[in-house]
Order: sequence, then C-alpha cells, then structure tokens
Amino acid sequence: MADPVVAIIGAGPAGVRAAAALVAAGVRPVVIDEAMRAGGQIYRRQPDGFTRSYTDLYGSEADRAKAVHDCFDALHGHVDYRPQTLAWNISDRRIFTAGPDGQQVLPFDALLLCTGATDRLMPVSGWHWAGCYSLGGAQIALKAQACAIGRRTVFMGSGPLLYLVAAQYAKAGAEVAAVLDTSSMSASVAALPRLLAQPATLRVGVGLLRDLRRAGVPIHRGITPVEIHGDADRGVSGVTVRTSRGDALTIDCDAAAMGHHLRPETQLAELAGCDFAFDAMVRQWLPVRDADGRSSQPGVYLAGDGARILGAVAAEAAGELAALTILADRGYRVSDTARQDARQAVARARRFAEGLARAYPWPHEQTSALGDATILCRCEAITVGDLRRTIAETGAEEANRAKAFSRIGMGRCQGRYCGLAAAELIAGAVGTPVEAVGRLRAAAPVKPIAIGSAGRCDR
Amino acid sequence: MTAPASSDVIIVGGGIMGSSAAFFLRRRGLSVTLLESDLIGRQASGTNFGNVRRQGRPLYQLALANRAIAIWREAEALLDCDVEYRQFGHMRVCYRTRPELAATMEQYAADARQSDLDLEMLSGNMLRTRFPFLGEEVLAASYSPLCGHANPRLVSPAFARAAQRLGAMVHERCAVTETAKMGDDFVVAAADGRQFRAPVLLITAGAWGDRFAAAFGEPLPLTSRAPNMCVTEPLPYALRPSVGVVTPDTEESVYIRQVERGNLVMGGSFYNPSYPDRYRVDVRPENSLSLWRQIQRLIPAVGRVSVIRTWSGIEGYLPDSAPVMGPSMTTSGLYYAFGFAGAGFQLGPGVGDTMAELIATGRTDIDLAPYRADRFSAG
Ligand SMILES: Cc1cc2nc3c(=O)[nH]c(=O)nc-3n(C[C@H](O)[C@H](O)[C@H](O)COP(=O)(O)OP(=O)(O)OC[C@H]3O[C@@H](n4cnc5c(N)ncnc54)[C@H](O)[C@@H]3O)c2cc1C
Ligand SMILES: Cc1cc2nc3c(=O)[nH]c(=O)nc-3n(C[C@H](O)[C@H](O)[C@H](O)COP(=O)(O)OP(=O)(O)OC[C@H]3O[C@@H](n4cnc5c(N)ncnc54)[C@H](O)[C@@H]3O)c2cc1C
Repeated sequence: MADPVVAIIGAGPAGVRAAAALVAAGVRPVVIDEAMRAGGQIYRRQPDGFTRSYTDLYGSEADRAKAVHDCFDALHGHVDYRPQTLAWNISDRRIFTAGPDGQQVLPFDALLLCTGATDRLMPVSGWHWAGCYSLGGAQIALKAQACAIGRRTVFMGSGPLLYLVAAQYAKAGAEVAAVLDTSSMSASVAALPRLLAQPATLRVGVGLLRDLRRAGVPIHRGITPVEIHGDADRGVSGVTVRTSRGDALTIDCDAAAMGHHLRPETQLAELAGCDFAFDAMVRQWLPVRDADGRSSQPGVYLAGDGARILGAVAAEAAGELAALTILADRGYRVSDTARQDARQAVARARRFAEGLARAYPWPHEQTSALGDATILCRCEAITVGDLRRTIAETGAEEANRAKAFSRIGMGRCQGRYCGLAAAELIAGAVGTPVEAVGRLRAAAPVKPIAIGSAGRCDR
Repeated sequence: MTAPASSDVIIVGGGIMGSSAAFFLRRRGLSVTLLESDLIGRQASGTNFGNVRRQGRPLYQLALANRAIAIWREAEALLDCDVEYRQFGHMRVCYRTRPELAATMEQYAADARQSDLDLEMLSGNMLRTRFPFLGEEVLAASYSPLCGHANPRLVSPAFARAAQRLGAMVHERCAVTETAKMGDDFVVAAADGRQFRAPVLLITAGAWGDRFAAAFGEPLPLTSRAPNMCVTEPLPYALRPSVGVVTPDTEESVYIRQVERGNLVMGGSFYNPSYPDRYRVDVRPENSLSLWRQIQRLIPAVGRVSVIRTWSGIEGYLPDSAPVMGPSMTTSGLYYAFGFAGAGFQLGPGVGDTMAELIATGRTDIDLAPYRADRFSAG
C-alpha cells in the first residue's frame, strides 16, 4: 500500500507539532506555508542576517519559540516542506498552490488546516490615515524587521495582544504614548476564575501590565474610541477617546495600533466544504470540529487558531492531537495517553479563552455609534453611511447581499478586516441578531495571486 | 387557510427576465406577483460577466437585442438607479491561427447593417494604434461602438424595486413547488405553503424553467452550464470596451472588461460543473488557471495583475442556444421566457418589455417563431 498523502497547511506551532507527530509515526507529511520560514505568527522568525536573540525577540516565550523552531528544524529531510507557497484553493480533495515553482496541484488523503489568525478590527473614524496599523501588523514590523510603526504610538482596542505589543514596543525602546482599552477592569475581574485555567499565561499577562506601568505608560480602561486624527499628507497625528468617566481625552501621536483580539483564517476550511456554526461567545462563524480535530468533511482536520482562537500553547497541543487523530483514523496505533494529555491542554485553553472573551469583549455595539463618514471597508473606501444607505434603499439584510450592492468586503482583503464589523452594523440597522446576517462567503483565491502565475500558452 | 393572493399575472423566477417583465407589466397597468425562490437577481442574472453585446448573435435575434439596448440606454432614468451601464463599445477579435474568422466577422458586419447594428472592422496598424494593449496573436477585430457593459449585481434588483414602487408584489425566498390550471386561473403553491392565483402565468425560471414547462406537457431538453469568472485587484481605468475572442474552441474563448472602479472582470475557457437542483456550482481551479493562461494571449500585460476572486453561475441551455420565449403551445394563459444561455443579460430588458407587450396586448412585433416551445418535439 502506498503511503497516504497527509498535507498540513501552516507551519506555526500547530502545524509544526502536527508534522512532528506524523514523522514520529513514520509518515512523511507535506508542509505548505506561504511564509519564508517556519514558525507562524507568534514564533515568526527574523529574516536572514538579523541577529536578535530569542529573549529579545520572544521575551517570556523564548523557550517555547526555540523549542518549536528546533522541533521543525529536526524534521528536515523527513517532511516535504514547501515554504513561500500559498495554498489558494481546495477542490475535489486537491490543494492548489502557487509558489517558487509556479502552480502545483496536490491530491491528498488527509488534510490538516493550521492556518492561524488575523486581527479582528473595529473601525474608528480616521483609521484609514497612514500610520494606523493593526496590532498584529505593528508586531510584525517589530519582530520581523526591528521597526516601529511610529516614533510615538498609541495602542487602542482590547485583548491580550494590546498589552503584549505595547509592552514589546516599550521594551524595544519605542515611545508608547498610551494604552487605551475598551474593556473595563470589572470585566477582567469577573473573568478571573476562567483565566486561572492557564495560570502561566495569566502570569505573563500580569507581568506585561507591570512592565508597562514601570515604563510610565498611561493605561486607560473602559474607553470609547472617538477619532484617529490625521490628514493625507502627514498621516496620523493623534487619538481622541472618551474615558470611562465620559471626558474627552486626546493624545498626540504619529502612529496608532488597534485591534480586538483575533479572528481565525477559515477560508480554506470553507473551500474544503467544512460546515460552520455561529459561536455566540466570540460572535464569529467557526468551522465545526470534534474534540479531536475532525471537521465535518471526512479527511479534513483543523487545529490551532485557524479553527478557534485558543492561543499558541493550545495550538501546539491541538496540532499534535489532530495528527494523532489522522493516524488513528488511518489505522495506525497511537498512544492514548498522548491524546488524552493533548485533549486536556486544549480543554484548559478553551476555558481560558472563555475568560478572555469575557475580559476583553468584542465591543460590537460600537458599530451603531459610528458616524456616517467613517470608512468601514478600507480596500474599497466604503463608508458606514454608504452601507447604511444601501440597507435602507435595497433592504439588504444578509452579508453577501449587502456586499453585492455596496462593494463592502469586495476588495483585496475579501472582507477579512471589515466583514465582522459590517455584519454587526447590518444587524444593528436591521434589528436582527448578527447570526441572521450570515457571513461573507469565502471565494478562491484566498489571497490575491498573479494571473501570470498560471504560466502562458505561447503559440 | 387563507385565500390565495390573486393578481393579473404571476411570474415565477426573479432574474433579469422576471424582474424586468414585472416592471413593464406594471407600466402597462397589470397587477403582478413575482415569486423568487432565492433573492432577486442572484443567479445567472447577478453572476454573469456583464456584457451588453449585440454582435455575434444570430441575425434574427438583433431586433430583440436592439429593443433591449434602447432600454439599457435609459435604464438609469427608468429605474432611478445607476446600474453602471457604460456604452464604451464591444469588440470581438480573432487570432492569427484562425485567419478564416476575419472573413466570417466581415460578412457578419455586412449582414448586420440591415438590422441596425453598425460594426467597424479593424486590423493591422489601425487596430494596434487604437487598442495597443492587444496581444501579438490578435489578427483582426470587429468593433461595435454602441454597445457596452453593466453591473449584473445591480440590474435585476433595481428592476424589481422599480416594479415594487409601481405596485408589484415581490416575494423572495418563495420557491414555487406546484403550478396547476384550475378553471380560468393558475394556482401556484410555494414550499412554505403560500398560494397565489392569476389568469396568466409567466415562467422566467432560467436554468430551472424546464420543470414548469414539463408540468404542462411541454418537455424541453434544457441543460445547464456554468461559465468561469474572476476579478482582479483595481487598476487605473484604461480599458474602455469589453473585448472577447471569437473561436470555435471553448478553451480559448475568453473575454474581459474593466469596471470604472478599476477592477478587470474576465471570464470564459472551460465550463464548471453545475448542479441547478442544489443551486450549486463547483468553480474548478484548473478552469481558473486555463482562463488566466488564455487571457494573457488576448492582453499580455494582465499577467502581472492579481486575481482577488473567482465565481460562476448557472445558465440554462437548449440545443440551439436560443431561449424558449412566447406562449405555451398546450395551455392558454401560460407564457415562457427562459433558457437564455450565455447571452441573456443583454436581452433581459428587451425580453421583459416584449413579454409585457405580448401578455397585455396579445401581440408583439418581435418575431417569436425561432423561440417556440414545440420546436424540439417531433418533426
Ligand atoms: C499578527 C499576529 C501576531 C501574534 N502575536 C502573538 C504573540 O506575540 N503572542 C501570542 O501569544 N500570540 C500571538 N498571536 C496569536 C498567535 O498567532 C497564535 O496563538 C499562534 O500563533 C497560533 O498558532 P497556529 O499554528 O494556529 O497559527 P500561526 O502561528 O498563525 O501559523 C499559521 C501559518 O499558516 C500559514 N498560512 C495561513 N494560510 C495559508 C495559506 N493559505 N497558504 C499557505 N500558508 C498559510 C501562515 O503563513 C502561518 O505561518 C498573534 C497573532 C497574529 C495574527
Ligand atoms: C457566469 C455567466 C456569465 C454570463 N455572461 C453574460 C454576458 O456577459 N452577457 C449576457 O448577455 N449574458 C451573459 N450570461 C447569460 C445571462 O446571465 C443569462 O442568460 C440571464 O441572466 C438569464 O436570466 P434569467 O432571468 O432567465 O435567469 P436567472 O437569472 O437564473 O433567473 C432565474 C430565476 O428563477 C429562480 N427560480 C428557479 N426555480 C424557481 C422556483 N421553483 N420558484 C421560484 N423561483 C425559481 C431562480 O432562483 C433564479 O433567480 C452569463 C451567464 C453566466 C452564468
């Protein structure tokens, strides 16, 4: 019998641990990742020629980062690793990729999607000015290129990345003008019991707060964003918020990093035919999966933040668990204790994630307060008013219908960065629950690819 | 149980045919109920390429196409909505590998003149000076300045809204499951139990039209096809006309236009498998790749542009690629306008107008003989 083709898309902590578990069982997986080097988001490696130490790069997570990198490096020769390769479509149990060798088609027996996450963004008036980045983008600039997004940066939004990236900027010597958190202190306190599910992670979070305070960074909680000031020539020049007491607070800065935790990259799961369900806790549509990582599609498995935001520690466990499930489903003997340990780690992370969702709730109600002139879809420059007018004039109550009429989510990012806020805005305007609005359908290619990548047919 | 809602006409299918027919029927004063199983204009009429093209059609179809283009030109005023009809021209080209097609296009241009379609034949330096973006392989072109393209996502819903403003009843997510004639009236039942009654029934159900005709004893060999589409990131606006390749070879038959926002929309090459029963198309990645290879023959510079989205839609085909349009041959009061294949978007407003005229007055100047429902039965 020929060896099964097991493909992993994504070489972050989930994909790396999955590959290791497969190799340990004697399977040689194909590992596809569009990045230059393995490691994923949190353990993103610096480019060749950069020489920062693990502690400089990853702080408290240095040991984990090194372990994941070493793990993958040790698999060299045992995996069919395809870096700089975008998986742009899945059809009929085949993966279509575009990479250094052009277009390729890979039929698979089992597929594990470990595609990670991107920032969840809430529009703010002025967020289109140059110098306004997502928290993740601000971190990538620092991690990959050792650059800050500005001389004096405001961090605004909520979620763990808010404090993490601000602290990393402060540590790297960049000026952090303020941390402005939409969530309240009382929400964090109420979330504590659940956050204790991962005490080590909680400790890291508490440490970040301490570091920021020591660095003299003003931290405001329970704020409401009002405006990012700026103009087309100079970009961002300041941020105004309403404090929890209702006062206006304006802070001068030349850059703003914003975000509200993360959203999974689920497009490939959708193209692979996986079922989705609405998750009320995070107010997102997520691919359905069982406790061991099986999706609703036979042979398609899901792990890591690409399926549900559970963080890097859980991603490692879920990656390993999904790989063991693939092996078990294909008749290999796998260790029950290893699976049980991984299941428990994922369960703890789920409890922790519930805590995070309570501590840092997605401020969906903000969409109804957004002014008509605020840009909602930055790719297509569609304003909040444009969408409201479309809803009023056409009666569009469903996400894809609103997209068809207004162009919302029709640009390069395919609604990644505006889709969730747009759905909330529609729900608010129509007066329906957000799940009734549905979600923007995924379409290939999951990221833009050049027509020329298909080659030419010269005659 | 409530009595069925009654009106003068029930229309089944809210694509461009059904929604424009609803609009023109209301303008003629008839009361109309439009039933659509999905949302208005989300199937072929909302997913198509957007060509508003007359050339290349059989000559007998040009009268209908001309009637349609007159409506396209005033659509914005008529519908109180900019449906992005831009009369920037339409061009067909042939490749050097098929020089005989240049003569065919020339002959067509000569014949079409009698049907009020003026085409300009271009080749050599003239062609390259005017359209410098065309590839080396392009030999000759036939250019229609008075055609163009429009936004399919907007047109049918705009017709339906305009019809509603005039008093039409429009029911979305209302799948018709049964149609029967009882006495002088048709009784139409929807999946959710609603019932409707009218003396006239118009079937405009696109690739799904055959099942209704079959119920009235008129089986039709309708099949479905799903052309391959994609759109690129936006670029500065440069490509005004819509351009397509003339060829008997499906693989190399591709077309492209640019919307004012700047995106290039393109389509063609191999068809995707389609499943009308499940309202589903599999957009095959290999077909996308084939389209991307072929489109570079037509306009080589697009190789550096990135595609951001692919899609497809379901169109209904009869063996001669012409629709069924006109009265039923078995049942009085029953009318058909479906099976418009790959070129019904342009015709749409003309079809709605013609069907409204036929239903309201009993006659029309458009020759409907080529579209008879019994043309595939014995004989
Ligand atoms: C910008 C950003 C920064 C973050 N920083 C931190 C942090 O500092 N600390 C922290 O605790 N958490 C951080 N997170 C969350 C963290 O990413 C996750 O918890 C963790 O990395 C999840 O691991 P994963 O393996 O599921 O996904 P990831 O580590 O995100 O790995 C996913 C991989 O899949 C690849 N990929 C995705 N789609 C495709 C495709 N179509 N084709 C080919 N390859 C593909 C990507 O290139 C990537 O390498 C961050 C998230 C983001 C988005
Ligand atoms: C990808 C693609 C590209 C194309 N490009 C062009 C082009 O560039 N130019 C051009 O002129 N033409 C083009 N065409 C063809 C054109 O789109 C069609 O001929 C035209 O839209 C047909 O309109 P219609 O109203 O008959 O069908 P549709 O728009 O399909 O409408 C039929 C409607 O009937 C509804 N229906 C079905 N069953 C029921 C039921 N039981 N109860 C209630 N409602 C029902 C359906 O939901 C559907 O909305 C293209 C087609 C496709 C698919």
